[in-house]
Amino acid sequence: MNGAFGKSWLWIAAVAFALLLPWCFYDFHTARHSGFMLSMLSQMGMMIILALSYNMLLGQAGLFSLCHATFFGIGGYATVHFLNAAGDGDLPLPMEIIPLLGGFSGLGLAIIFGYMATKQRATAFAMITLGIGELMATAALMFHHFFGGEGGVSTNRMIDHSLFGLTYASGVQVYYLILAWTLIATLAMFFLTKTPLGRMANATRDNFERAQFMGYDPRVVRFLQFSLSGLFAGIGGALYAITYEIVTFDALAGPLSANALLMAYIGGTTVFGGPVLGAVLITLLQSGVSLMSNSWLVYVGVLFISMVIFAPSGIAGLIMGHKPILRAGKLGQLVVPYIRVLVPGLLLVLGFVGLVELTSFLTIGAAQGKTLVLGGNKIDVHATMPWLVSAIALFGGGAWLRIEARHFRRVWDGLMADLKSADGKAERVLA
Amino acid sequence: MEIVLISLLNGLVYGMLLFMLASGLTLIFSMMGVLNFAHASIYMIGAYLAFTVSQVLGFFPALIIAPILCGLLGAAIEIYGLRRVHHNGHIAELLFTFGLVFIIQRGVQMTWGMLPMAYRVPAILDFPLFTVYGANFPAYRGFMLLISAGMLLATWLLLKKTRIGLIIQAALTHPQMASSLGHNVPMVFTIVFAGGCLLAGLAGVIGGNYQTTEPGMAEAMGPIVFVVVVFGGLGSLAGCFIASIVMGVIQTFAVVIDYSFIDFLKPLGISVTADNLLTEILTVPVARIGALLPFAMMILILLFRPRGLLGTRDT
Repeated sequence: MNGAFGKSWLWIAAVAFALLLPWCFYDFHTARHSGFMLSMLSQMGMMIILALSYNMLLGQAGLFSLCHATFFGIGGYATVHFLNAAGDGDLPLPMEIIPLLGGFSGLGLAIIFGYMATKQRATAFAMITLGIGELMATAALMFHHFFGGEGGVSTNRMIDHSLFGLTYASGVQVYYLILAWTLIATLAMFFLTKTPLGRMANATRDNFERAQFMGYDPRVVRFLQFSLSGLFAGIGGALYAITYEIVTFDALAGPLSANALLMAYIGGTTVFGGPVLGAVLITLLQSGVSLMSNSWLVYVGVLFISMVIFAPSGIAGLIMGHKPILRAGKLGQLVVPYIRVLVPGLLLVLGFVGLVELTSFLTIGAAQGKTLVLGGNKIDVHATMPWLVSAIALFGGGAWLRIEARHFRRVWDGLMADLKSADGKAERVLA
Repeated sequence: MEIVLISLLNGLVYGMLLFMLASGLTLIFSMMGVLNFAHASIYMIGAYLAFTVSQVLGFFPALIIAPILCGLLGAAIEIYGLRRVHHNGHIAELLFTFGLVFIIQRGVQMTWGMLPMAYRVPAILDFPLFTVYGANFPAYRGFMLLISAGMLLATWLLLKKTRIGLIIQAALTHPQMASSLGHNVPMVFTIVFAGGCLLAGLAGVIGGNYQTTEPGMAEAMGPIVFVVVVFGGLGSLAGCFIASIVMGVIQTFAVVIDYSFIDFLKPLGISVTADNLLTEILTVPVARIGALLPFAMMILILLFRPRGLLGTRDT
């Protein structure tokens, strides 16, 4: 596999970057790390595991699951109880191993639910997982002993038992623990795609009848894939419990399952690293945009739907699409067309954001007593001017983009045709 | 006895409301193989539109206008959205409707605000229809039953007795043949999708003031409707009807039952005093786990009849 090998430098660079990143936000005056950055980076780690393990279902096995947070959450809840037991001295295990226990809890539950859900595929599978997710979310609010009801269950991660003598009192130690486990989980999931199971998962996704003819039971493949993805989601949940020292209903409920789907899909389900991109991007957006805007869900929803319609292979798929052009050294020819598309695209986005924000401030913002401020100027949401400008930007940008997109398409298709004929010539020469 | 009768009536009302939503979902599914995740969101839009229209024109015009608007919205979704992702397979279609849920959810909050709307039962229907054992049965619930039964009859007649119904049935089972015979199958798809959304909108109009018109109503209704569709058997209208009524009745009954598992064990001489997870499961009253029952039932039926109650095919 020259593809996997050729990309390994990219992975090493990403890991080195992740190792160094906390120190980029180190405050030398107070000799402290930025708490916000650390918690966001830690969050990214868990979300990468969640998105990658979700992609074991959606991307690799073609299974659209809606209960993935169930296993994440159960890993979290179980870890809280394990940590409490370890703190009391009942569980003689070091901190570094505890995420694995969380993973096994996820695996156990995934085996039970996977047995039921993987009887079906496609739409019926999605419905059953939706039911399972709702069942667990309702149960979490109902049974206080294990789930702690609305308040959740809390713990103390300083169990004073570590392989390396660490106390995990500071965020940066927890970050490196998360980084280590994210790395382990990512590598494990990557090697799983190379095993016969990973290959058969792809086969049952593409054509389950043919996989059946070859003597494999697609149901068993689905079941194994589902259980293993539960294992990894459980590890992610364990890291969640360790970071926040409290696990509530949110770690298990539907919105997080939806988030897993969004991250995996927007990042790209066809490439192994795609969900990583998605997890980083969505976490960044979540930490950044949700602070500024009430309507962040609309943006994510629109982004998601546009991806479904225009770029079903996600961001990673879009990037991979440029590979043949890059190899031919013709990427430079795309710069001007890109700029020409980008300008109306930006206009369209700005107009859309403007309209959404204006509407949102008219209702929700007014109820919360907030006012829309742009560049230090207050904007009157009842005046006609901002609405008009946004609408013109939206529709004008849209119309302009249509024209430019057609042009871009022509350039792109031309390049592709060139590459194909060049390939053809090369083959003929070789023959 | 009185509790049984009243719960039965209320369960019937709720079940019929569920059926109105679930039937549209089932029709769309059996036709296009698409499970419309945004179905409950359309229901919510129906309720909100009905509220707005009823403020201007009154309840009865809203009863007609709001569902039609929902139907038009459905047609637009089918033509501009679903049709474009159709060639990418069923998963892409599912994902598309799933994305719509977010947008509609937030869009409704942006347009009407986060607070519940004061969408009330019209004054003309706000009286007790009859009294059973001292409890009033509101006339509005009777009206709901009437509307949903009328809708059921109308849909049945449309599908079984009219030419368009015949074409829909043909396109449902043999899309290629129907297309070869000169029928516009994509347009039939649009009509079915719009029709399903119209039914959801109608359910929203009469359900909005029966429950509360608030931004969380789609989230509250959605999973139950999907459970009904799966429980009844994907793509089976009759199964869907039975499942809706069963779910409606079970949910209303669960609220009034104060027994727990331990009450069944007591005659056997078993009692629990310890305080752990197991005893909690054993002693929790049915009334509290009412919300959990539909999902537990769905999982049970899938274990024993993977195709659902009356389902005839796998997906």
